[in-house]
Amino acid sequence: MRRIISVLLENEPGALSRVVGLFSQRNYNIETLTVAPTEDETLSRLTVTTTGSDKVIEQITKQLNKLIEVVKLVDLTEGAHIERELMLVKLKATGSQRAEIKRTVDIFRGQIVDVTSSVYTVQLAGDSEKLDGFIQAVGTAGVLEVVRTGVSGIARGEKILSI
Amino acid sequence: MELLSGADMLIRSLQDEGIEYIYGYPGGAALHIYDALFRQDEVKHILVRHEQAAVHMADGYARATGKPGTVLVTSGPGATNTITGIATAFMDSIPMVVLCGQVASSLIGEDAFQETDMIGVSRPVVKHNLSVRHPEEIPEVIRKAYYIAATGRPGPVVVDIPKDMTTPNERYEYSYPKKVKLRSYSPAVRGHAGQIKKAVDMLLAAKRPIIYAGGGVVLGKASSQLTDLARMLGYPVTNTLMGIGCFPATDKQHLGWLGMHGTYESNMAMHHSDLILAVGARFDDRVTNATEKFCPGARIVHIDIDPASISKTIDADVPIVGPVDAVLKEMIALVKEAKEQPDADALAAWWKQIDEWRAFHGMRYETSPDVIKPQEVIEALCRLTDGKAFVTSDVGQHQMFAAQYYKFDKPNRWINSGGLGTMGFGLPAAMGVKLNFPEDDVLCITGEGSIQMNIQELSTCKQYDLPVKIINLNNQALGMVKQWQDMNYESRHSQSYMESLPDFIKLAEAYGHVGIRIEKKEDLEPKLKEALAMKDRLVFLDIYVDRFEHVYPMQVARGSMKDMWLSKTERV
Repeated sequence: MRRIISVLLENEPGALSRVVGLFSQRNYNIETLTVAPTEDETLSRLTVTTTGSDKVIEQITKQLNKLIEVVKLVDLTEGAHIERELMLVKLKATGSQRAEIKRTVDIFRGQIVDVTSSVYTVQLAGDSEKLDGFIQAVGTAGVLEVVRTGVSGIARGEKILSI
Repeated sequence: MELLSGADMLIRSLQDEGIEYIYGYPGGAALHIYDALFRQDEVKHILVRHEQAAVHMADGYARATGKPGTVLVTSGPGATNTITGIATAFMDSIPMVVLCGQVASSLIGEDAFQETDMIGVSRPVVKHNLSVRHPEEIPEVIRKAYYIAATGRPGPVVVDIPKDMTTPNERYEYSYPKKVKLRSYSPAVRGHAGQIKKAVDMLLAAKRPIIYAGGGVVLGKASSQLTDLARMLGYPVTNTLMGIGCFPATDKQHLGWLGMHGTYESNMAMHHSDLILAVGARFDDRVTNATEKFCPGARIVHIDIDPASISKTIDADVPIVGPVDAVLKEMIALVKEAKEQPDADALAAWWKQIDEWRAFHGMRYETSPDVIKPQEVIEALCRLTDGKAFVTSDVGQHQMFAAQYYKFDKPNRWINSGGLGTMGFGLPAAMGVKLNFPEDDVLCITGEGSIQMNIQELSTCKQYDLPVKIINLNNQALGMVKQWQDMNYESRHSQSYMESLPDFIKLAEAYGHVGIRIEKKEDLEPKLKEALAMKDRLVFLDIYVDRFEHVYPMQVARGSMKDMWLSKTERV
């Protein structure tokens, strides 16, 4: 099952490599990984999406918690949550394709953020499925380049992850 | 406040931490530190002949005393040579601080002479590692390193110290912090009261209970609590290889240790139990055999300081996260208060069954009129030292024989690399023990394969006058490899035979020690006595033992706990 684990990490050199190292040492999957400092500059917020049985996920969270630099973590998929990913995609856009792509971008509530005579650069935010859906809709043949940030997530409602 | 250089601050921090001995080897990046060492005499340094041995010495000290060991090495090869030792300590949760020199911070990343990313290299095998980024941080970094190494589930901590952090002429205010606070690290100080109550209720209701104790009981200094609880309940106790000595081996309630080469009665009792109280043990693969066949009728209470050890391989019915001594103390209090008592009839029937298993095998082995059996050597050693020696071992058949036939009544006396299985561990570990327990018998039980992995330390033994006794069970082969080849590869002995063994007697003498060879059975006991009587000399006993002996019992691969070979021909 796919899980989103959100981690508050000491914002120190080497802390990130400890998290990444743990996943490879223990043979866990990383599907996406995002990390950036928070409003408290001593802390980074890291979101990792992974897959595994309940037993594996339990081990992942326990092993992450054992890392000295991990301050707190939560498995967002245990409750209601919001997930977002940002994608920048360059599409071949010439002739009649240009109007078609523009329509598809509008349907997916994306924006064209850069234009040349033959290329559109599109920005799109949403959950991972929506981004996959867009690529499918425009067709991989026209896709020149894709950059995705990986998933960021936050719990719905009053629940917060903080120290 | 005093003004000190980074190097002086480092050594002062070790003094303030109460460190008596450090083990190490100097080199370029550590020279400021070695100079600071020279200018004081509180912290004593033991110069080894290879950095790996320094780590095993610190490890042996830590296992025997329960206090963190300390290592000091230089950057690059000095640091990388410690890795096997650090991994050994990591697998067995041994508290240790390894101080590594590093090239000056301005050179880091430039492939400078003797530069290695030690933080990166050591990361998978340490509890934590720290690098010094400013000399003023040194006291706090050192305090943190010892705090992390020794608390919670203990483990090795590496401190990387770039050379410019220890420059002699730059001085800073020194004060050693009494406490460190880490917001992201707070090991449990007690177990969950509700879970403990539930566990006690289950314990008292059990019909076929067994207590399964691991190295955590030794590390957590909880042997007396474990022994008290077991005796109050009258339940059988088995322990892991790492838990040896946490419950007296000569006690009637003790079934011996369990797992791959555990006793028949321990493995049978585990398999047929209805309740397992696991204390500071981690259900590793050398204990459980095939996990899907593990103890089908047993419910499991699992106490451990490390939540990640619980339900990792075998699911626990009642998990209790906490220090084993505190949790056991609470359990003892609850058992005392409890109205219900263990079911006496069920317990009597259970013991009757266990005694039958015990009588069935009883760790028997075939003796021979002329060939020395390795088991006999260990039994003789146990007799002659009254079961009170510190025994270190290397890895292989000799390790299993030592663990099976030496009867330890106390914790911290059996010292071996259980998790990583590091050949070359035994001699330096024995040296670390002997240095700190000069009055005690310290035996290194080894084989002719393992001993050659750190034989250079015979020189260190001479320099520091460390009269350990080396018992080389010489079967002229890598015995455990050969045993597996006999059992699984139709006796194709691929690379398990050593064709050009050195003359160990001459070798011991070349290093300034005593060497004694034992080939005849009638010489065994008198010569062992002779060696043990030489209290102030290192004696290398080269004992020629049966070349064809196997270690039994041995669990059948991919079977359950109860599937074992009891001899070369007998399988149950």
